[in-house]
Amino acid sequence: MLHLFCPYCQEHREEDEFHYRGQAHIVRPKDPDALSDKEWGDYLFFRKNPKGIHHEMWYHVSGCRRFFNVTRNTVTYDIYETYKIGEMPAVTDKEETE
Amino acid sequence: MSRYSVFSLFKHALSHHENWQKVWRNPTPKDVYDVVIIGGGGHGLATAYYLAKEHGITNVAVVEKGYLGGGNTARNTTIVRSNYLWDEAAHLFEHSMKLWEGLSQDLNYNVMFSQRGVLNLGHNLQDMRDIERRVSANRLNGIDGEVLNAKQVKDICPLLDCSASARYPVLGASWQARGGVARHDAVAWGFARGADALGVDLLQQTEVIGIRRHEGAVCGVETNRGFIAAKKVACVTAGSSSLLAKMVGMELPIESHPLQACVSEPIKPILDTVVMSNAVHGYMSQSDKGDLVIGAGIDGYTGYGQRGSFPVIEHTLAAICEMFPDVRRVRMNRAWGGIVDTTPDASPIISKTHIPGLYFNCGWGTGGFKATPGSGNVFAHTIAKDEPHPLAKPFSIDRFHSGHLIDEHGAAGVAH
Repeated sequence: MLHLFCPYCQEHREEDEFHYRGQAHIVRPKDPDALSDKEWGDYLFFRKNPKGIHHEMWYHVSGCRRFFNVTRNTVTYDIYETYKIGEMPAVTDKEETE
Repeated sequence: MSRYSVFSLFKHALSHHENWQKVWRNPTPKDVYDVVIIGGGGHGLATAYYLAKEHGITNVAVVEKGYLGGGNTARNTTIVRSNYLWDEAAHLFEHSMKLWEGLSQDLNYNVMFSQRGVLNLGHNLQDMRDIERRVSANRLNGIDGEVLNAKQVKDICPLLDCSASARYPVLGASWQARGGVARHDAVAWGFARGADALGVDLLQQTEVIGIRRHEGAVCGVETNRGFIAAKKVACVTAGSSSLLAKMVGMELPIESHPLQACVSEPIKPILDTVVMSNAVHGYMSQSDKGDLVIGAGIDGYTGYGQRGSFPVIEHTLAAICEMFPDVRRVRMNRAWGGIVDTTPDASPIISKTHIPGLYFNCGWGTGGFKATPGSGNVFAHTIAKDEPHPLAKPFSIDRFHSGHLIDEHGAAGVAH
């Protein structure tokens, strides 16, 4: 059972209260009409799916009903941090930043 | 390879079964192969077997980081069926079903394929409409299927609570009589033995750490046992597919999620069919040993931990207890998780890539076991001819850019 700290409610709550909403920090295309099929497909469907540190969105569906971000290890399931939408993670994978 | 038969059993009985040939060799890697298959699970081994048997390509290595059939092949709930909604998926899974029907003879290895029938329950009116639609689609594709009412379901499966007061009322079900179960380990072992006999090298404890390219095209794999050269490299690694793709700078439309299952203590025979319920997210069959085999859903979040979260398995067992009140006090022996490779449209990827000589067979998600022979068969063709098998063509990775998705989410009674 994961315990997530909701940065809005300022409380640790159990995983049942949340929904996982996939990879975080995917930028929505500014000019959708200008996208090629390849760019659309990449935006909609292609994901990092890393083994290790992952930045992801969670939805506090049974609580404040707000979205926030989590940095989590996908092997150990350790949660390193949670932060609000619009903020950047403090913990990042070395490879990612290179 | 010495063939298994009643005569060989008798012959070996005379020497107290001490002289049976090893089922496969444990070779040292050669420097060069025609094809290297990464992943020694059911799909990878089936690919190797059909490459050798149907396409005469025997200079093949299957590279496996652990032991053969030790991943999802050993972790699934062994259900086989082909009642998928869309034509593309139905044809692929029916191709597999036909191979299942002759597999034990073909491999000379008993995979214990038991066509005991599969029920997909309907609990509400919309379920029943979906079932009618799917069964009709199946029959148009030449796949057996029937729509049953509650009484017919009760006749087939007396254990199921079909009463009016049931927590999850049963209005009916779809029934595929040719569906059933097979012994998952035996499938891997049978394909491994068959491939080995045809000259394929099965390299266990050999982990791929890099894919080497020369002028854009694939030229081999780096492993913990050194470099192995090959002009064609085929990745069949389920939950780890994204990690291999990353080695060549690719992303895949795949997310890896934990999927759980559990088995009970062995009990007397009480269930001679397979019961699946999409709506309440649980399914159950009984193995020949007597354990109840129960499958749950995937965790919402991605993970490589090979263990699932407690709320998911609790939810499934609560549903099983409501549907089968008689088994409420049966104790569970083991629970485990495997890492499944889910795609956005819940259909697999059997595909060439933009890199010459690199092939992917992945994205089977929660339902790959049933496809093992068919998947290997069409993938072997794709590798051998360097062009997709007609049945595999719609499952190209290009569909995520062209938009020709094969949306089997829920449509096939799949408990995704």
